[in-house]
Amino acid sequence: MTTARPQKIADYAPLVFPAVMLTVFFVVPFGIMVAVSFFRRVQGAFYEPDFVLANYARFLSVFFGEVLGFSLVLAALVAVVAVTIAFPFTYLLARLPRRRQVLWLVALLSIVSLSEVIVGFAWSTLFSRTAGITNVLVALGLMDEPMSLSPSFGALLTGLSYHAFPYTVLVLYPALARLDPTLMEAARTLGASPPCAFVTVVVPALRNTILATLIMVFVFALGSYLLPQLLGRPSNWTLSVLITDQAIYQSNLPFAAAMAVFLVLVSLALVGLSLLVGRKEAAQ
Amino acid sequence: MTSLVLENITKRFGAVAAVDRVNLTVPDGSFVCLLGPSGCGKTTLLRMIAGLEEPSEGRVLVGGDDVTRTPAHRRDFGMVFQSLALFPHLSVGENIAYPLRIRGVPRAEQARRVEELLALVRLPGFGERPVAKLSGGQRQRVAIARALALQPRLFLLDEPLSALDAKLREAMQVELRQLQQRLGITTIVVTHDQREAMTMADLVVVMNEGRIRQSAPPVEIYRRPADTFVADFIGITNLLRARRGPDGAVRVAGGFLAGVTLPAEEAMISVRPEDVRLVPPEAAAITGRVEFVRDLGASIEIYVEAEGQRIVAVASPRERPDLQPGATVGLALPADACVVLGA
Repeated sequence: MTTARPQKIADYAPLVFPAVMLTVFFVVPFGIMVAVSFFRRVQGAFYEPDFVLANYARFLSVFFGEVLGFSLVLAALVAVVAVTIAFPFTYLLARLPRRRQVLWLVALLSIVSLSEVIVGFAWSTLFSRTAGITNVLVALGLMDEPMSLSPSFGALLTGLSYHAFPYTVLVLYPALARLDPTLMEAARTLGASPPCAFVTVVVPALRNTILATLIMVFVFALGSYLLPQLLGRPSNWTLSVLITDQAIYQSNLPFAAAMAVFLVLVSLALVGLSLLVGRKEAAQ
Repeated sequence: MTSLVLENITKRFGAVAAVDRVNLTVPDGSFVCLLGPSGCGKTTLLRMIAGLEEPSEGRVLVGGDDVTRTPAHRRDFGMVFQSLALFPHLSVGENIAYPLRIRGVPRAEQARRVEELLALVRLPGFGERPVAKLSGGQRQRVAIARALALQPRLFLLDEPLSALDAKLREAMQVELRQLQQRLGITTIVVTHDQREAMTMADLVVVMNEGRIRQSAPPVEIYRRPADTFVADFIGITNLLRARRGPDGAVRVAGGFLAGVTLPAEEAMISVRPEDVRLVPPEAAAITGRVEFVRDLGASIEIYVEAEGQRIVAVASPRERPDLQPGATVGLALPADACVVLGA
């Protein structure tokens, strides 16, 4: 495919619509948020325009540092869990007959249509003592008596991974569906058992896709603020929860904005770093 | 001893038999071509030999061992795929070393073997290159080297040269045959190109609709085709309807054909164009009208219409017959070149 370089101003016309949309719905709100993060909070009122660094200064404490660290680790864990489960799942899905693939994809899309609230409440019921999955384990004789599994870090990780799973599958699906099936067959004729061929051929051949998906799920999990409150203990609350708390319940929008800006910068830096590492590996 | 024996191999997909009761014996060290039009079941047959498909019925024996239920990765066969299936994330050397790495061969030994194989396929010093930077012919050689890395018992190739341009394909055919003879490895190639089969094979197996139509050395396939399908599929031939009169004399295209006997009152006869001789019309049993002269430089094809049947004769440029379309010409069909076909 050859594309001619744009010659005149009019050649840029197709870019106008997306540029306007991006500006109106992304650049402007983000700009407002950055501006607000430097505003001064008025106790008992809202905020007034100013240029103070107090919001950022307050953020530089051990407590918020720990919360930020926890949020990043949790999001990374969710990304790893979701991709680890979704990758083999999607690989098998892409090899099913067409009709059954469609059924699975429809089912996954219907999970996507569930809101975070419903997912959260469903899991808190499943993890409860009275109606949860431990009752099934007791009935099977694997446990002595039912217990509550929520709130806990495990419950939170499960809920977030579940919520991210269908998105992960949908992102991985095109690449895995396009993967040449003879690569696996070649590996098998060369002496690799099917699981060995999967690990030594399919996974490395798609490492860029896997890295991109990890980043997507990481960012997705970082923004979650309902599930930590529904399934986690207060110590499992993420930065997104604190931002929501400051913005809505404490009416401290400048501080919330400062935290949000910081979170964006940190996650952008991490994404950039992982892309850099990925490129370096590919170059070797 | 790595002879291959196929016993009554059948593969059904639903109600359709893609491969239908195939029996074949491939002697140790021979080069066999499975030849047929697309959809004839040749690739399915090769995949069953490789262990990538399981036969619905029948047995696969290699060197006397029944491997019908052995999974592909325990068969020790090398296979080259039509798509070549080179691993895109590995370099040339890593691709060739892949089967060695899987088997846990020590690194130094891997490196030595890779060098050896690169030399074998005439790509010395290519080990570090990414696969994506290779030309079609080079990728072909890498796929061959990788398949040979473990010194396989059988060497299987599925349409290995179909992606190459005509000139390179011819060169690779000769090279592949020489390589096979040097290694003495039992080799099975699937192809739809009869020239390819003629160039390389000790034994050509012509398939159609899931069945073997004829299995014989190339020259015999060409000179003595078993039926109309084989005669028509291999090269160019004249398929002529012959009739036996009440007196036993055989008539073809309005002329008598001496020295040929028919098994039935009516049968098809195959005569290769290079066997048809042009003679003066007065002396000939068969006469016809020249329809078209196709001068290809290296050979001249003369299309003759005789009693409603078209007969093609090939003359060498040395003879250069002076014929124009519309001229009347006589044709002689030597009895020993006429093959009476079964069906």
